[in-house]
Amino acid sequence: MRYIDPHIHMVSRTTDDYQRMALAGVVALTEPAFWAGFDRASAQGFYDYFRQLTVAEPKRARMFGIEHYSWVCINPKEAEDLVLAKEVLSMLPDFVRADGCLGIGEIGLNKNSRNELKVFEEHVQLAADLNQLIIIHTPHLEDKHKGTRLILDVLKSHSALEPSRVIVDHIEEHTAPLVLDHGFWAGMTLYPETKCTAARAVDIIETYGHERVWMNSAGDWGVSDPLAVARAQVEMRRRGHPEALIRKLVWDNPIQFLSQSPKFRAPAA
Amino acid sequence: MAQSVRSPMSHRQLTDLYYLEMRAKLLDISAFLDRLDRAQDADRRPTDFRVDGMRRAFQELLSPEPGRTARVHLCLSDPTAEPISDASGLKGAVGAYSPDSYRPIKEAGK
Repeated sequence: MRYIDPHIHMVSRTTDDYQRMALAGVVALTEPAFWAGFDRASAQGFYDYFRQLTVAEPKRARMFGIEHYSWVCINPKEAEDLVLAKEVLSMLPDFVRADGCLGIGEIGLNKNSRNELKVFEEHVQLAADLNQLIIIHTPHLEDKHKGTRLILDVLKSHSALEPSRVIVDHIEEHTAPLVLDHGFWAGMTLYPETKCTAARAVDIIETYGHERVWMNSAGDWGVSDPLAVARAQVEMRRRGHPEALIRKLVWDNPIQFLSQSPKFRAPAA
Repeated sequence: MAQSVRSPMSHRQLTDLYYLEMRAKLLDISAFLDRLDRAQDADRRPTDFRVDGMRRAFQELLSPEPGRTARVHLCLSDPTAEPISDASGLKGAVGAYSPDSYRPIKEAGK
């Protein structure tokens, strides 16, 4: 089945991964800006990274028939330094104008600190000012529930923000209802150990429904699987779910959300 | 609340599909606890907040109420509501809550 991986960090993946993803059916993906595994020394490091995201990586993807889209931001793991964050934020309007850039992300919180929250609010304001879609990173493990609540408090208090234009990613069983009940989209990240397995993702769909939900691999430089969305399709199939439901989650829903950006061109079915 | 989707499979079919995998995971957990008993310092009966959190979460597995997974998450989650004052040097998460995990780590020269 042709599908979209709406959240994956291809700068950390090999060309072989592109090849395997194309073979598995990926025809489009989106790549949010994230932490490189180390703190960048200056804003110039972000400038180069954003050029990689918006210029270099789409060319690499196209070699395998995959359309590549991006998102830009300073990620929460580097948001403790407010001076650096301000410099990076000032670059974003230029990169948001790039052809395949769909919006601001992945913004959010990591350890739920005051500075992270401040930088998150500034990104949200920027997205509202520029009328951009938002993709949100929720914290890991023990920090996720608290961080998701703090993030939702900011989003709900912002009068100019349409919940339907925001996807809150890395949801799990304890955060799915918080996100969906307030009208936001919810992303499920299929990660072997630290997020959601394919079986649990299907459980979440059975529990909370299939509207405003997508699945992604968020494959990156850590232990992760760029074919995780394909494996989730297999899990749904072996549990007896119909092809139409699988297609909705890996094709129709991502297209519905992403098409809110005029730059996203829905692939031919 | 969004519309839920009932599983297309019966109780028996789901058990047939998943039982052996879950049995193996159950044995993995019990083996992990046994492994801790063989630790070189086991005589001093050391504790760890992560294992303590896990033991609290075990209670949820015995609950007859649906929503066990969300409640297991909450057993292992930070229960506080206020942002922390400083996350300098803090990057990762450890999988269970301890207030000691939130002490900022200042890098030399910064």
